[in-house]
Amino acid sequence: MANFLGTAPTIGSSLLDSHLTPRPSFTSCTDPSKFLVPNVTDPAFYCRTNFASASGDKDKEQVVKFAKGTTTLAFKFNEGIIVSVDSRSTMGAYIASQTVKKIIEINPFLLGTMAGGAADCSFWERNLGMQCRLYELRNKKRISVASASKLLANTMNSYRGYGLSMGTMVTGWDETGPQLYYVDNDATRLHDNLFSVGSGSTYAYGVLDTYYRPDLTIDEAIDLGKRAIYHATHRDAYSGGINNLYHVKETGWEKIHAIDVNELHYEFADEKNEMVA
Amino acid sequence: MSILAYNGAAMIAMAGDGCVGIASDTRLGVQAQTVATTFQKVHKISDTIFVGLAGLGSDVQTLSQTLKFRKNLYELREEREMKPKVFSALLSTLLYEKRFGPYFCEPIVAGLQEGKPFLSGMDLIGAPVFTDDFVVSGTCTANLFGTCESLFKPNFQPDELFETLSQCLLASVDRDALSGWGGVVHIITEDGVRTRELKGRQD
Repeated sequence: MANFLGTAPTIGSSLLDSHLTPRPSFTSCTDPSKFLVPNVTDPAFYCRTNFASASGDKDKEQVVKFAKGTTTLAFKFNEGIIVSVDSRSTMGAYIASQTVKKIIEINPFLLGTMAGGAADCSFWERNLGMQCRLYELRNKKRISVASASKLLANTMNSYRGYGLSMGTMVTGWDETGPQLYYVDNDATRLHDNLFSVGSGSTYAYGVLDTYYRPDLTIDEAIDLGKRAIYHATHRDAYSGGINNLYHVKETGWEKIHAIDVNELHYEFADEKNEMVA
Repeated sequence: MSILAYNGAAMIAMAGDGCVGIASDTRLGVQAQTVATTFQKVHKISDTIFVGLAGLGSDVQTLSQTLKFRKNLYELREEREMKPKVFSALLSTLLYEKRFGPYFCEPIVAGLQEGKPFLSGMDLIGAPVFTDDFVVSGTCTANLFGTCESLFKPNFQPDELFETLSQCLLASVDRDALSGWGGVVHIITEDGVRTRELKGRQD
């Protein structure tokens, strides 16, 4: 990781320090459209062909590759929203970390999930947190989930084609109740009751679609959230580590647990044996 | 992506004092998708020869069958047991015969020859390397070299060899997405072979 940061051309923070264009580095944080871009005729093309972090092996032609590989899910039910994720970060087949926090606490009522490029997700969701705080200070009320997710989608739209990699769910509780949005780097913004994002999402959807009901109790919903993540981590090589799970309620979000998925394997195996016996 | 890393594998062969050990993981996947968690990659050729085949799953099985056949044929013709060194040479030429359309396997051989450890490893077209400490193969060789270089000491007793192989393998596969999901360790001594299964992380 240190190798490519040291030698290869980088985007993001290092460009802020560029001595070629004296510009206060704070600008790019407050105004997402003020990021310095390469001095070429088509900067979007240059960025996506040289250091885009596409999923799968679509980045094989690129000089700079990024950490990715994930399972995340969130679903709405009668008692709020469950957000459940794994914690593995990979660079190719190498497991860079097993303890990543993929649920970002934007503020006490808003959560964002991380899938895709680790740097893209953490930077732009932190940036979203700042924009949401500015909205609160300007308007003396909390931002709605619809508006917050749209701020992020607008940012993604302003960098469309630049090779950003981000698949996120923005969830929270606002004046209209519990809300769940999906936003990705194509600036797709969807509103629904259930989403799963990442390389292990198909496995999670399998479990989720089988057992999901809107009238799940809180305990049942928590169990479904961790079960779906466990099955995804078992079958998907690029998902694993720890299951972090949050419950979004009227009073804001609450962290429910952080369990090693390997423990879940034996917990569910025991359960299966009891069913047979 | 290389076809050698299509199914995923991690294996080590290590020498001890009058014993050798060979350990491997048990995953068979199709790139990111884990299909089986009890796949056999280490094969017993005789009481004193074991071969570990890391690479494309189908070639692992084909090679294992061919090697057993060639070893049996040798023993019938020559009316004597095959030695590990001979087996390694046989495997090497078998691989080079397919120089322009190779088996996608990088094997390691662990054997006991006159009570002394024999270790060799080779690439997919049969270029052999002979070592007297350990050899590794698979999709996380960098990790395996790291753990083996740290934990290996000369002249391990069989139980120490088992412990070292197990710790080296488990620590390595926990940092590789394509291997793991359990393991198996064979310890070969003059008195016989001891095989034990390892409980590994299931993610």
